[in-house]
Amino acid sequence: MDTFLQQLINGLTLGSVYALVALGYTMVYGIIGLINFAHGEVVMIGAMVSLSVIMALLGAHAPLPSVVIILAGLLVAITVCMAIAYAMEKIAYRPLRKAPRLAPLITAIGMSIILQNLALIVWGRNYLTFPTLIQPTPYNVLGASMTDLQMLIVVLAGLLMAGLVFVVQRTRLGMAMRATAQNPQVAGLMGIDINVVISAAFVIGAALAAVAGLMVMTYYGIAHYYMGFLLGLKAFTAAVLGGIGNLAGAMLGGVLLGIIEALGAGYIGDVSNICGFPFLSDSLQQQCAASEGQVSMFGSNYQDVFAFFVLILVLIFRPSGLLGERVSERA
Amino acid sequence: MTTPLLELKDLQVAYGGIQAVKGIDLSVDQGELVCLIGANGAGKTTTLKGITGLQPIKSGKIHYAGEDITGKPAFQLVRKGLSMVPEGRGVFGALTIEENLAMGAYARDDRAAIKDDVERVFGLFPRLKERRKQTAGTLSGGEQQMLAMGRALMSRPKLLLLDEPSMGLAPLMVQKVFETVMAVSKEGVTILLIEQNAKLALEVSSRGYVMESGEITLQGKAKQLLSDPKVRAAYLGEAA
Ligand SMILES: Nc1ncnc2c1ncn2[C@@H]1O[C@H](COP(=O)(O)OP(=O)(O)OP(=O)(O)O)[C@@H](O)[C@H]1O
Ligand SMILES: [Mg+2]
Repeated sequence: MDTFLQQLINGLTLGSVYALVALGYTMVYGIIGLINFAHGEVVMIGAMVSLSVIMALLGAHAPLPSVVIILAGLLVAITVCMAIAYAMEKIAYRPLRKAPRLAPLITAIGMSIILQNLALIVWGRNYLTFPTLIQPTPYNVLGASMTDLQMLIVVLAGLLMAGLVFVVQRTRLGMAMRATAQNPQVAGLMGIDINVVISAAFVIGAALAAVAGLMVMTYYGIAHYYMGFLLGLKAFTAAVLGGIGNLAGAMLGGVLLGIIEALGAGYIGDVSNICGFPFLSDSLQQQCAASEGQVSMFGSNYQDVFAFFVLILVLIFRPSGLLGERVSERA
Repeated sequence: MTTPLLELKDLQVAYGGIQAVKGIDLSVDQGELVCLIGANGAGKTTTLKGITGLQPIKSGKIHYAGEDITGKPAFQLVRKGLSMVPEGRGVFGALTIEENLAMGAYARDDRAAIKDDVERVFGLFPRLKERRKQTAGTLSGGEQQMLAMGRALMSRPKLLLLDEPSMGLAPLMVQKVFETVMAVSKEGVTILLIEQNAKLALEVSSRGYVMESGEITLQGKAKQLLSDPKVRAAYLGEAA
């Protein structure tokens, strides 16, 4: 029971981050039908830029309060990520808007590689450690532990998602986004400049990605030029799980995927424990005896497998995702 | 003679190699109700797409309200008072009726007047008012057509382009649509009406154009077209 609650908390934390990133995939897909594979790299750039700013400020003579330093890092990262996403859409994707779907998709993979290599040049190939600006304090939650950092991540992600829902449901821009997603031509007839709407989708997604980047970096304590790849794939999986193009789906998918992963990592050791098997070889029996009956085929390092397992299952059994509608709406 | 509100000069529109509109001249005067009729595939919708910039034109000129609007993107035209109800209505199915109407007024920022106009549209189509919070996708075809027209009116157009507003509707609904077209016209809105239902269209219009395979083959006063033997044979279902 303890493991369960504990992994639920861990999964919720990670899932909140996935959800923020998944929203970026889903917003862009919902409006122009493109899977922006470079979105994971935007998360990575967010982490890297905020780290650089934070390190620079830490090196300054007059010590600033940690909160100020982190906020400064975050703001710069958000700005840079928004600028990159804006430029990326304008330079790489916009000219291909009328091209067959495969062309922008391949371009997106190309963008992802370009951004990774740029990061490699700027930040090097080593793992960068995040300074211990915040010392997470664990709190007891019904017998499991949740740190204040975890709480902060979950609450902040929740607020950002609520903010996004508000923008999309209640503002003029949000209405224009929903209209453009449904029928760009008619949206144009209404007086909507759909280029502005598309840029907005990219830029808003990038801002969320920047926040997510800083979150994972503080959570794991490291950053790396390649970190966006796996994170991006998982967030994409989350978006597909929830139903790509659907905002609520991205949030649900993100949180669910985080929890599935955490529970999977928490239990895979027990589930794949072979000591309960009959007919074990002598050497295995000895190993079991020596390790108090715990010899697992898979350890929690198999955590990453679950996301892709989920992706495969969703694609086979429910390609439109949990909250997705029939895919036939766009001809 | 005053200059027309809308004037097409030798307009040509093509889809790749397919020439759908082969150089047509057409004009609509201020306050007029003009119809453009023709068989399936004649190029009527393509003409409208050319006017509103939804399909790039190959050659020719489009003048609207004394301005050359050739090649202007659709989103800029609404602000000049040119509004279109596209073929197949194009309502935003996932948006509520109220939101669809709000989209129609997207280019405006006079909030108080927008509110009045919503009420005006609801006055015109009480059915929409009852369903204002419903998503447009749940409406019947006829109700969607009303919504599409109401939405176009929300932009307070000077010129309204209607692409087959009676398509796929039951006779009673067709009647209602044509009544609305006439009412809107009486209010002073200039209308270019595209229709398959040639008889009704010519009855409500003052002038008409007949289009065949990308060309205007006949034009003139609606009454004359109604009695023209060729029109009667081809579009009014009478033996020649
Ligand atoms: N997107 C497109 N790509 C290629 N050809 C097209 C496209 N749209 C229309 N066409 C062709 O252009 C011609 C004119 O089509 P258009 O839609 O303008 O006809 P229409 O007069 O509106 O017909 P209808 O009364 O059936 O709506 C047709 O031959 C059609 O096949
Ligand atoms: Mg047509």
